[in-house]
Amino acid sequence: MTTGLRIAFLPLTDAAVLAVARERGFAEEEGLALDLVRSTSWATLRDRLVYGQVQAAQMLAPLAVAVTMGLSQQPAALAAPYKLNVNGNMLVMAGGFAAALEPDVARRIADPLGTAHDFAAAIGLWRRKPVIGVVHRFSSHAIMLRYWLGSAGVDPDRDVLLRVLPPSLMVEAMQGGEIDGFIAGEPWGSAAVETGLAEAVAIGERIWRRGVEKLLTFRQAWLEDNPDMVDRLLRALARAAAWCDDPAHHEALALLLAHPRYVDQPAELILRALSGQIVARAGEAPLANPDFLLFAREATPFPWRSQGLWIYSQLVRWGMVDHSPENAAKAAGVFRPDIFRRALAHSDVPMPGASMKLEGAVDLPLAVGSRRGELTLGPDRFFDGRVFDPDKIDMFLAGFPPLR
Amino acid sequence: MRIVIIDDSGLRATVLEEGLREAGYDDIHIMPPRGAFVARLERMAPDVVLMDLGSPSRDTLEEMLTVSRALARPIAMFVDQSDEAMIGAAIDAGVSAYVVDGLRKERVKPVLELAVRRFNAFAKIQAELDEARTALSDRKIIDRAKSILMNQRGLSEQDAYALLRSGAMNQGKKIVDVAQAIITASDLLGGIA
Repeated sequence: MTTGLRIAFLPLTDAAVLAVARERGFAEEEGLALDLVRSTSWATLRDRLVYGQVQAAQMLAPLAVAVTMGLSQQPAALAAPYKLNVNGNMLVMAGGFAAALEPDVARRIADPLGTAHDFAAAIGLWRRKPVIGVVHRFSSHAIMLRYWLGSAGVDPDRDVLLRVLPPSLMVEAMQGGEIDGFIAGEPWGSAAVETGLAEAVAIGERIWRRGVEKLLTFRQAWLEDNPDMVDRLLRALARAAAWCDDPAHHEALALLLAHPRYVDQPAELILRALSGQIVARAGEAPLANPDFLLFAREATPFPWRSQGLWIYSQLVRWGMVDHSPENAAKAAGVFRPDIFRRALAHSDVPMPGASMKLEGAVDLPLAVGSRRGELTLGPDRFFDGRVFDPDKIDMFLAGFPPLR
Repeated sequence: MRIVIIDDSGLRATVLEEGLREAGYDDIHIMPPRGAFVARLERMAPDVVLMDLGSPSRDTLEEMLTVSRALARPIAMFVDQSDEAMIGAAIDAGVSAYVVDGLRKERVKPVLELAVRRFNAFAKIQAELDEARTALSDRKIIDRAKSILMNQRGLSEQDAYALLRSGAMNQGKKIVDVAQAIITASDLLGGIA
């Protein structure tokens, strides 16, 4: 018997695993009929999940943490047993602003530290405070942008104006002159580059080589009450993710996502992130960034609890939540490696032995302890070389300059 | 009580405003979510903000509600979380309501109920309009297929239609689908429609 499951998503390239689980029969093999509910704003997606219109959602990792801590409207305990992707964001700025940065885009992107300092100088040359679009206060993008700007002494709450807009409205807002640039998931950065209005300034993967991005999120109570359905969904997603990562499938995947039911943008633009061939400036040759967006390899879907704590550390850093052991426990508790292990116990998905790790400590591909098969973790450095030890959050926070 | 309706669709906002005025509310403002709507909203200091749940501008609005220093009192969604039936009805109808802190729930509830009824009524009108529009475009497709058959097979209009209908019945398809197939085939073969 087939069971129906409603899952909310936003039109983004990183909804790929959900789309493929449905369209390529992976969900059906597990007896699930997925009803994928397209949403335009994160607020709507959040409400659909929190108020039970859908059973699961593709959610910004920091938003799942924020909703659980009661920072985004109605508090609700959320649980994420699976990461839908790692990386996939791009910061683009208007050509006029980017003119003050390193003109060679390949060098600009390869050197996020130098570019952050150039960016700080460019702010002074701009005719007003630059207005930068972010998709949500509690988005990986906003947190990454803050981290990056902060490293060059830019105060994201004072020196720039962050404006919240859903990803699909960013290009229009640039055309209307409402924003000078934005950071968002693909294909929206590429879409802005394609219009000639903007060029790439930084890509997420160069700021944090393996940055936590979208989570598959449930209400915790529903997750606990429906273990069988959760497990079947995770198995379907794991197979869909492996399909998505296979370069042989990228063109078909781009075509699938181009459909109005999903992203509704040209397949050619969507393909850029999938294949890691990023066009940084309209008309120029693409730059190879093979780790631009990951779905399956290196145990990408594994919900490391340390990543929940990293997000928490950044919310504390920017004064969005009070630092307390209870809050830290809530944030870490959103990530559910226990469910991941249960659901995929009999699959061929490599299974890390630990649930926490140092974030930002791997320089070169590293073979790690795994209960099954070979597991190699890819380099996960932060561009500034900091390492996050989830057991020493206080020490990590003390390393940043205090808020005004 | 000052109510601001943020809406892109002029028609839906009007349907809602009418209902609210009939119920005796008179401080009602409609605002499309474009340009500097957030700044204008701040100046208005509303008690209740009503908005389509699916509106892409909700993230922008919520950010403003979080950081605004101009608003005297905080505004949050659905003050009364205990009334689950009400919230369920609102979510299903696609209504999101942001209510100023301290406004008594007895005063908010009738506004919300009215918004739910009006949003549902609007959705029905919209569905009927879509249906009418589909019917119209279906008729155009069938007309074009008819004229292809009339030109290429020398049929009368009546016979062309009869042929389409029997084709549809034999294949277990809708007439419009058969008509579309004829148009596509004709286009591919370079025929004149």
